[in-house]
This record gives sequence, C-alpha cells and structure tokens, in this order.
Amino acid sequence: MALRDAHGPYFGDFGGRFVPESLVAALDELSEAYELAKLDPAFHEELAELGRSYTGRPSIITEAPRFAEHAGGARIILKREDLNHTGSHKINNVLGQALLTKRIGKPRVIAETGAGQHGVATATAAALFGLECTIYMGEVDTERQALNVARMRLLGAEVVAVKTGSRTLKDAINDAMRDWVTNVETTNYVFGTVAGPHPFPEMVRDFQKIIGEEARAQVLELTGALPTAVAACVGGGSNAIGIFHAFLDDADVRLIGFEAGGEGAETPRHAATITKGRPGVLHGARSYLLQDEDGQTIESHSISAGLDYPGVGPEHSWLAALGRAEYRPVTDAAAMEALRLLTRTEGIIPAIESAHALAGALELGRELGPEAVILVNLSGRGDKDMDTAAEYFGLYDGEQA
Amino acid sequence: MRTVGEVIARRNREAAGALIGYLPVGFPTLDESVEAAVALVENGVDVLELGLPYSDPVMDGPVIQAATQQALQNGFRIADGFEAVRRITERTDAPVLIMTYWNPVVQYGVDRFADELAAAGGAGLITPDLIPDEGADWLAATERTGLDRVFLAAPTSTDARLVKTVEASRGFVYAVSTMGITGARSDVDRAARTLVSRLHDAGAEAACVGVGISTAAQVAEVLEYAEGAIVGSALVAAVAEGGAEAAGRLAAELARGTRPQ
Repeated sequence: MALRDAHGPYFGDFGGRFVPESLVAALDELSEAYELAKLDPAFHEELAELGRSYTGRPSIITEAPRFAEHAGGARIILKREDLNHTGSHKINNVLGQALLTKRIGKPRVIAETGAGQHGVATATAAALFGLECTIYMGEVDTERQALNVARMRLLGAEVVAVKTGSRTLKDAINDAMRDWVTNVETTNYVFGTVAGPHPFPEMVRDFQKIIGEEARAQVLELTGALPTAVAACVGGGSNAIGIFHAFLDDADVRLIGFEAGGEGAETPRHAATITKGRPGVLHGARSYLLQDEDGQTIESHSISAGLDYPGVGPEHSWLAALGRAEYRPVTDAAAMEALRLLTRTEGIIPAIESAHALAGALELGRELGPEAVILVNLSGRGDKDMDTAAEYFGLYDGEQA
Repeated sequence: MRTVGEVIARRNREAAGALIGYLPVGFPTLDESVEAAVALVENGVDVLELGLPYSDPVMDGPVIQAATQQALQNGFRIADGFEAVRRITERTDAPVLIMTYWNPVVQYGVDRFADELAAAGGAGLITPDLIPDEGADWLAATERTGLDRVFLAAPTSTDARLVKTVEASRGFVYAVSTMGITGARSDVDRAARTLVSRLHDAGAEAACVGVGISTAAQVAEVLEYAEGAIVGSALVAAVAEGGAEAAGRLAAELARGTRPQ
C-alpha cells in the first residue's frame, strides 16, 4: 500500500480514540460529515475557492541563497505558508473544519492554541462564517503571545486563559475537551493539529496536505527534480505532515521533522517528543509522549509556544517507527540564531516555530553538501514573536543583548 | 467480601439502591485518603471508587482537578493506589474500584496492573477515557483475573453503543448523568432518567448515575430509577474542608437518600 493512502483511526500501532464516551457521538458525527464531504465535489470547490480568494493560495516558494551560504552551499527553498492570511499554515485546516461545522449545523466552535496561530485562524474563520468562538490558551502562552490574544478578541472570540497544570498548550487542550464534553450538542471542536482522537489526525492532515502538493510541483518546476530533503518543525505536527505527505512515496526524498529541543534534549527542559519520549496515550490517541515512569505527562519546554507540547500526532509516530521520516531536536538557541539569520540574509522574519526547521536546514545542508536541495516549510511569520525576540536579542532601548 | 454486583443487588433489595463514593488517593495525603475512604464506608457508602491522580484528567471538574493536582505535587505514585486499596480492604468489607485514566495503566503494564490490583483486594476499574472499542487488552486481563470493568455511558451514546457498553461492562455501567465533567450541580439532568431507562432496555442489570450528584435528595431521586448513585466532587470538597471526619458526616447525610421510599 502506498504510504499516502494511510488513514485513521490507526496508523500502524498509533492513533485510535481514547476519549470519554460522551465524545464518541460527536466524533462519529464529525467523521461521517467528513467522509460525506470528501465525496462531495462542491465541498472541495468551496474549500479551494476559499484557498484562492481568502487565504491566498497557492503560497509561493522562495529560494534563499544568502541564507543557504550558511548551509554548506546546499540550495534552500522556502515554502511560504507565512504569507497566508492570518500568517501561518493553520488557516488551511481551520477553513476546512469551519465548512464542516456549517454542514453539521452547529453554531459554536472552540479551539485550543499555543502560539495563538491556530486560535487566530479559528477566530478568523468564526468571524467569516458567523460562528460563536471560544479559544482556550494556557496562561503562560497568553503572556508570551499577548498580541495574538488581542487579535482573537478583536475578531470577536472569547479567550480563556487556562490556569491548570503547566498552563500551556497541553492544558489548553484539556480544557477545550472539557468544554466539548459539556457543550457537544451545540459546539464543534476545531482541533489545530494532527494529534487527538480519530478523525482529527487524518482530517487535519488532509486539509494541510495541499502544502506539500503545491510545493512538490513548484520545486519540480524550479529545479527539474524533487528535493533531496524536506524539513519542517514538529510540535503536534500539522505543518510537517502537510508538507511531508505529498513526498511519502518518493523514497529518495528524505523527510526530517525538527522537534523543539528547548535547553537541550539531554536536559529535562525540552519538547522533543519522538526523540526522547515513548508510546503512550494522551489527548485521545496512542502516540509518542513525554511521560514519567507512571505515565504522568511531563511538562514540556520550548521558547516557541507552538511547539511546547509533550505529545505528537500519531502519523508522525508511525513514520518514525517505519523509518520513513527522521526526527531531531533543535535547541531554543539554535532556532533563535536561525530566526535572526533568515531575517538578516533574506529579509523574512519567520515564526520561532518555523525557525526550528530553518536551524535544522542549516544542519542538513552542512551534512548533505552543495548538491542538496532542501525544501523548508516556513509555516508561519514572526510578527507574533517580536516581543520574545526583542527580549531575547535585547532589541528594546535600555537593554543589552 | 462480596462483589460490586452483589453489593449493588443487595442494596436494591434491602434499600432504595447503592451509594457509591469517590475519593482521590493521596489527597491530602495517602494516610488521610485511606482514613477518609474508611470513614465513607463506616457512614453508609456501599462501594468505593478510588481515583488515581493523573496529570491530564479531561473528565474532571475544578474540585477534583485541584485535589489530584495536589496529590501529584505531594509525590503520588501509582503503587500508592494499590497500597490504599490494600489498607482499605483490610479494614472494611466494601468493594473498592479504582477510577483511572488509561495511560497510567498502559505504562504500568495492563496485566501487571490487573494482577497487583487483584492481589491488593481491588474489585476492578472504572475507565473514563477507555471505551470498549479500544479495550481489548483490558477485557482480556479482566477475563483472566475476574476483575470488574466499569465503562461509561452518555446521553449521546447511540442504542448500538449502549448495547456494546452493557455487554463489555461488569460490576455496573456508569451512566454519566448530564453532558459534562465532574462537579456538583443543583439539578441532576433529566437526561439521566432517560439514559438509565435505555441502559435497562439494552440489558443492564446495574446502572449507576454519576456526575453532578451532591445531596441526599439527589441520591434519593436517582435511586428511584437507577441501581446506584455516585457522589464525587462533594465528598472531595468535604475532605478538603474537614478531612475524614467531614467526609464521613457528608456520607452519613447522603446515605439517608438510600432509605426505602
């Protein structure tokens, strides 16, 4: 079977539905609505039209020669998801799920968010479609991504700062699930990544795979060949699966996911789930997970709120187990250096999440040499990270780097 | 010691039904949680449901979250759960079920967990985030050990799923009274009555209603149509405020709801 044909509920040993019975009917309803939509040309046309006239698809590719000088001479090509409306790849998934919400006929959507990219995208779609919207965001993240909180509120969403546990993305998901269990009859959960219970990993992947489909054709047209390697950052893994998917059956194309190494994967403060975790059950799916001996989730750490998650999507765990994709950690420091380097060499300010993929591409280029062509998913733009970057690099007046 | 099914059946013959009380292990300490559990039984709780604190309890409301988070901060380990079961079953004859999210069982090893729970005198598991569809390992372990397996049923469950849940469950079926997470509510949803009736139609011998029950009047109301009433957050709040003594007082009050009408 072609790897591209894999679908839920299980990817190898990973995936499934480890959820309260209260949610099963809603997940079944969503699965059925999605299966029907998949077979309906009108759904695909509507989504494609939104892509064209709202998101700005197809997103372009940009070659980054001055940045690539630091990558052993390899060619580096950026897939510009940062240019999408709302500033990241998250809008691709959200528009698909918002259309489904309308089909199911529920008036309210909820979502979790880490960096705020998915929350902003969901609040945007809710404004566009006239849906009520509540976004759950860890209190720590509302502080480090205050600008996105303001954006969501301006868009009309209620933003709930989650104060339990580590007060980051994992806890935002817990609270969103509690809301869903309580309000399932009126509410659809627009899940932001390729994790969670079936059908989310498959459905979110399907809404994101356009990234790789476009990029594969664009790189072929630009270079006459497929890339040597494809690099993406991995938190839950939606932008990574989005760009990997079109290449899964191109056996010669290496696929490398870069996880948040935080202060170092050898320290306790990181979010390198596949690199350092082991299989377990969290948020509805069996997948790799950062956990202690008793199965208690370990709090992750990353300078990037969007990658600060102790789990990962089940399809990534499967691709790792198969050896089809590799996963490596990138430290906070390496990501921030790559963020500054891309900004200074190409005039493109990436999101800190995406900067992990850029740091990974620098490392890959040095390994692969000047013949290599590396496609990098530039999954989001860095506007939301200006405060973090200004603090990190000492860019405010009266500070030192 | 009688089984959960036997105790519930007996209480439905001699009273209005069974009272099931929930407390988390290790809150505020292991010793105090054991004392509180014993106090519940001494004051009329028929079956104990001991919760294992877990880092990501998606079915739990604020009262239980706060208690289990404190237990984890105090260093709760899964093995403490077996220790608590052992100490409680040495001192009471009430059956003790463990309520646990699924990942701790997976990480401990499903068979190893089942063996140690049985050795400690535990009656079985209530699994809020394990549906029978994903429960093959657990079903096999319970067939081997004879432990009970309590699955949840929700107002939104289809008839076909209720049949599946009833067939998979042993001990009782946990009817989630209202769409929501744990926590005391002033009105136990009317949906509970319908759900229990549908569970009986699906073949359930014992359907016990949980989520939102906090008073003797609510216990009495639930026992008009269900075989058991489950109280959690209200008891946890009592432990938080006044320890085992307060929990025992509330249990005695709640047990008045089990008197024959």
